[in-house]
Amino acid sequence: MREVKQASSVWLLQVFGLLVAASAMSLGSGHAATLVRNGVGYPVHAPMPWEWWLQPAGSPIERSIDWLLRYVLWIMAGVVGLVGVLIGIIIHRFRASMNPVPSATTHNTVIEIAWTLVPAILLIVIFVPSLHLIYQQSDYSKPYMTVRVIGHQWYWEYNYIDAKGVDFTSYAVPPDKLKPGQIRQLSVDHPLVLPAGKKIIFQITSADVLHSFFIPSLGVQRYAIPGQYWRQWTKIVSPGVYYGECNQICGMHHDDMPIEIVALPVTQFKAWLAKAEIDAAHGNVPDVHAYEMAAERAVAHQEAPH
Amino acid sequence: MSSTTVPEHKFHAHGSSHRGFVRRWLMSTNHKDIGTLYITWAMIGALEGGALSMIMRAQLMYPNNTLITSGQTWNAIITAHGLLMIFFFVMPALIGGFGNWFVPMMIGAPDMAFPRLNNMSFWFLVMGFIFVNLGLLVGQGSGVGWTLYPPLANSTYQPGPAVDFTLFSLHLAGISSLLGAINFIATILNMRAPGMGMHKMPLFVWSILVTAFLLLLAIPVLAGAITMLIMDRNFGTSFFEPGGGGDPVLFQHLFWFFGHPEVYIMILPAFGIISHVVSTFSKKPIFGYLGMVYAMVAIGFVGFVVWAHHMFVSGISMDSKVYFEAATLVIAVPTGVKVFSWLATMWGGSVELKTPMLWALGFIFMFVIGGATGVVLANAGLDTELHNTYFVIAHFHYVLSMGSVFAIFAGFFYWIGKMYGRPYPEALGKLHFWTFFIGVNLTFFPQHFLGLAGMPRRYPDYPTAFAGWNYVSSVGAMISGLSTLIFVYILFSIFTSKERLPDNYWGEGANTLEWTVPSPAPHHTFEDVPVIR
Repeated sequence: MREVKQASSVWLLQVFGLLVAASAMSLGSGHAATLVRNGVGYPVHAPMPWEWWLQPAGSPIERSIDWLLRYVLWIMAGVVGLVGVLIGIIIHRFRASMNPVPSATTHNTVIEIAWTLVPAILLIVIFVPSLHLIYQQSDYSKPYMTVRVIGHQWYWEYNYIDAKGVDFTSYAVPPDKLKPGQIRQLSVDHPLVLPAGKKIIFQITSADVLHSFFIPSLGVQRYAIPGQYWRQWTKIVSPGVYYGECNQICGMHHDDMPIEIVALPVTQFKAWLAKAEIDAAHGNVPDVHAYEMAAERAVAHQEAPH
Repeated sequence: MSSTTVPEHKFHAHGSSHRGFVRRWLMSTNHKDIGTLYITWAMIGALEGGALSMIMRAQLMYPNNTLITSGQTWNAIITAHGLLMIFFFVMPALIGGFGNWFVPMMIGAPDMAFPRLNNMSFWFLVMGFIFVNLGLLVGQGSGVGWTLYPPLANSTYQPGPAVDFTLFSLHLAGISSLLGAINFIATILNMRAPGMGMHKMPLFVWSILVTAFLLLLAIPVLAGAITMLIMDRNFGTSFFEPGGGGDPVLFQHLFWFFGHPEVYIMILPAFGIISHVVSTFSKKPIFGYLGMVYAMVAIGFVGFVVWAHHMFVSGISMDSKVYFEAATLVIAVPTGVKVFSWLATMWGGSVELKTPMLWALGFIFMFVIGGATGVVLANAGLDTELHNTYFVIAHFHYVLSMGSVFAIFAGFFYWIGKMYGRPYPEALGKLHFWTFFIGVNLTFFPQHFLGLAGMPRRYPDYPTAFAGWNYVSSVGAMISGLSTLIFVYILFSIFTSKERLPDNYWGEGANTLEWTVPSPAPHHTFEDVPVIR
């Protein structure tokens, strides 16, 4: 084999090491949580351009997820950084030109026990707080209300099982029908309207194939499985609009069945639901714009001095 | 025996040209020729799978793109990409290719235990390849994802024969792997040269042995699952049909009972190759050999009891989440032993950054990044947020597209001289490494960000907010695509080279048995039975 100078490779490896170190440092910086507001002044929890972290948390569970993710990633960044530094040292100190005579060491019991035990301890340090999140996610006690979510090819159906007859479908708004403020591939014709500050249980199932009910900013995800009901709970911290998408391949329009949730203050939500029940009794789908009108009142209410 | 060999015998032993093309390549029973066939076919699989990924990144380069207008076509492409890369690139290259070439040589065996079975394994693979392409091209294609989950894979939602072709393709690839696994186990357990105890076997042989056991135990479960799916599709059974008392979640359990060991099937032989390359180019024996061996055995064992971590947001209870998270985290311990042992092997060595070593160092670092995100995803609570997002895509491409594939390149540049007897161009080899390294990192690192921001996988189009990182990712894919052209040119220059290589062209660091025979290795490897000290 022809000999080629190794200098270029060493140099490139160093540059790469610096880049990795820089991205590890940026991991610690906080999220600039300046959310866009929609036409009626509500914060919009949708992905933003060049976003490189979780969407701002809209529920207690998402806050826990955000915290645990940082915690685990910091530990793992330490591991990756350690390996990167060791590789850098090896390339520097032990390349053939610097160290022509290799050592013959092939065993060191102490270090072998150490690199088995230390990762094991690190994993326990990760596992224990992660249990808290699993238990938090599985606490279905004392819900305010339950919504049955049914996945269809390719739309969602929302059934307010505590309110008589309130059961409607939710389709993506076609790109050519988007109104100002609506988001391509995320906005829907009939959003799921929910109360803010209350514990809500989603009872998730499917009418045909698998789907996944996924709302990133609320930390909600569960497969919609035909013939089975699986629960997820959330408590939306503040009024706003929350977007999600179907997240399990479900056929040719898998990318075309988004989820839009409008969270209203409880009083406005009650008003909306009462009207929705009347609409349902008359065989009508709840007014598309009802939530927006309610939202306008809600904003006025919120912005008034207390 | 060797010193008195008659010239005619020598001809038979060394030559292969007296056999015609058809007899040598279509009816081959020689482990090296079959290994070459496997590597060649793996390249075909890689080029097709790679071409599909270029189409995918071209479509995803811009939001609202119209390169692919049908979601069904898109789904068929992603399905074929996954199956091709797993079953027709990584597995044939690592196990059928390098395994066939070097396992018999490294243990001092004349050939595999069952040469005709070996030939059969390869041709089953070719049939599987044809079928997976029928699955892509017939009718509307099988748009179910490589995980094949029913009910989407049922005949109601995927009518026509495409999905059946895909399922039979997995049967054929599965039979191929199963026969290969039996062959490897029989060869390794029975045909080692005198003196080669189990604890003296090279690590690549150990890695193939553990892999073969994983295949032996996992493939039949996949075969059962897809047979039931074929029955559901064609004969009116309802194993996975809720309307008939079946359970879609059962399929997921069966699939991942195979599917999780499958990821270790794709990485363990890579571990083996990396151990050899690291040791050779540090001019040092492997650090902690026994720890390395039993780390692989441990990964194999634990790999069988963690499958439902792929189902944290599917039909699974809280207690199951806790168990599967804990079991999954445990795998990080033996994996850490591997990584630290490679580092300790290099520590104090005399490290030469030849092309195979660059790939090996790249492997170690990229694999650690993929492992780190793996520990993140093992957390059932975090998986609620990250399941099926691009974070997962980034994670498994770091361990496969940079892990296993880097190891395949490391093995290729390490052994091509032994397989073909001609050197590769060192400078071009390094250029290929660096362009590919930059390309894949640019492709997959931003996908972590997309996943964190909530972008789902298997989407042909996405909300405009995701456009930025998708563009970067597509540019990276193009760089690695162009880099592959450098590799094709390297192949060309190897095959047109007039230079010859000595038996052991890597020198003192390379001390397994394949370096004691000429380059290229003769048709019949050993004139004498080698004796291991």
